[in-house]
Amino acid sequence: MTARRLAAALLMCGVAFAAQAQPSTADGIARYREMLADGNPADLFEAKGEALWKQKRGPKGATLEQCDLGKGPGIVKGAFVELPRWFADTQRVQDLESRLLTCMETLQGLDAKAIAETPFGRGEQANMEALAAYVSAASRGMKMNLPQAHAKEREMFEVGKRVFFFRGGPYDFSCASCHGEAGKRIRLQDLPDLTKNPGDGVGFAAWPAYRVSSGELWSMQRRLYDCYRQQRFPAPGFASDATIALGVYMGVNAKGAESIAPSIKR
Amino acid sequence: MATDPMRIRAQAQGSNAIVRVLMMHEMETGQRRDAAGKTIPAWHISDVTAQHNGKTVLTAHWGPAVSKNPFLQFTVKGAKAGDKVVVTWKDNRGESRTDEAVVA
Repeated sequence: MTARRLAAALLMCGVAFAAQAQPSTADGIARYREMLADGNPADLFEAKGEALWKQKRGPKGATLEQCDLGKGPGIVKGAFVELPRWFADTQRVQDLESRLLTCMETLQGLDAKAIAETPFGRGEQANMEALAAYVSAASRGMKMNLPQAHAKEREMFEVGKRVFFFRGGPYDFSCASCHGEAGKRIRLQDLPDLTKNPGDGVGFAAWPAYRVSSGELWSMQRRLYDCYRQQRFPAPGFASDATIALGVYMGVNAKGAESIAPSIKR
Repeated sequence: MATDPMRIRAQAQGSNAIVRVLMMHEMETGQRRDAAGKTIPAWHISDVTAQHNGKTVLTAHWGPAVSKNPFLQFTVKGAKAGDKVVVTWKDNRGESRTDEAVVA
């Protein structure tokens, strides 16, 4: 009797030990990211982007050093955590990529429309990714702080909210289907709840990011493009108002979250 | 085609230095096919060498199993702050790239 009870107790110990030694999948992924973070290839894109920023390019043979990302011409540090925002010169709310397009067109004389239609990762789009890595890295560790002072910025927030909850496509999906409440996952990846601040370095504050599985650097525009592909929606246009509105909605919700971009993803 | 710079960080630790290198390279295996069904030719780094103050301290032969944009970390015995570390890679197309860093 005593021996049996002892054996049972030992067995339970064993079970408890096994349960403790088996970390959850999320912990495993966090550990994997930690191991990769030291050699994050996003650093390479950041360096490439910095060189591109200072390189005279395009028909006008100009650099991007006079590009106004919202904090005045040439100021890169801190610009990323305040984007998307209203720009008086273009009379538009713009995110990082659409603003870079504007600068590439006005300063360097490149064709913004042609770049927007180029597939991701090719030609000037590859340069765009490197530039996004460089600009976002200059705000690493800063807190998301999107302005909402201008009426158009508040309007874009409302539009973004509607786009976020808009259901459609053959699966009758919306962004909110996956990102509307906490504790959901796709395969083994935890999905952040983007209707509120999901925390430091999660969701909006984690992109642009290096995707290890594809060996590419993805900007927020590409992230959204792929979310829509997964929902079987028609492709949203690069730097379109709908994608910028979603950026405003997610960014304002993430106010106060620390940006770790460009981060590393599986 | 122009090659992109490596990112080399060399940190003194005790009597050694830890060197971390990131290289930008496609590292195409030669096993994949493009949309038209044609094999994409292999294109990867084949040789890596590292020098510490002019003396070769590491040579490696790499193949298609190494990832895209690879990361390499190694320890150089006896290296101290101010020493120069030079890393060179060569790929199977004959292109090469050399970058250097100073141990911090």
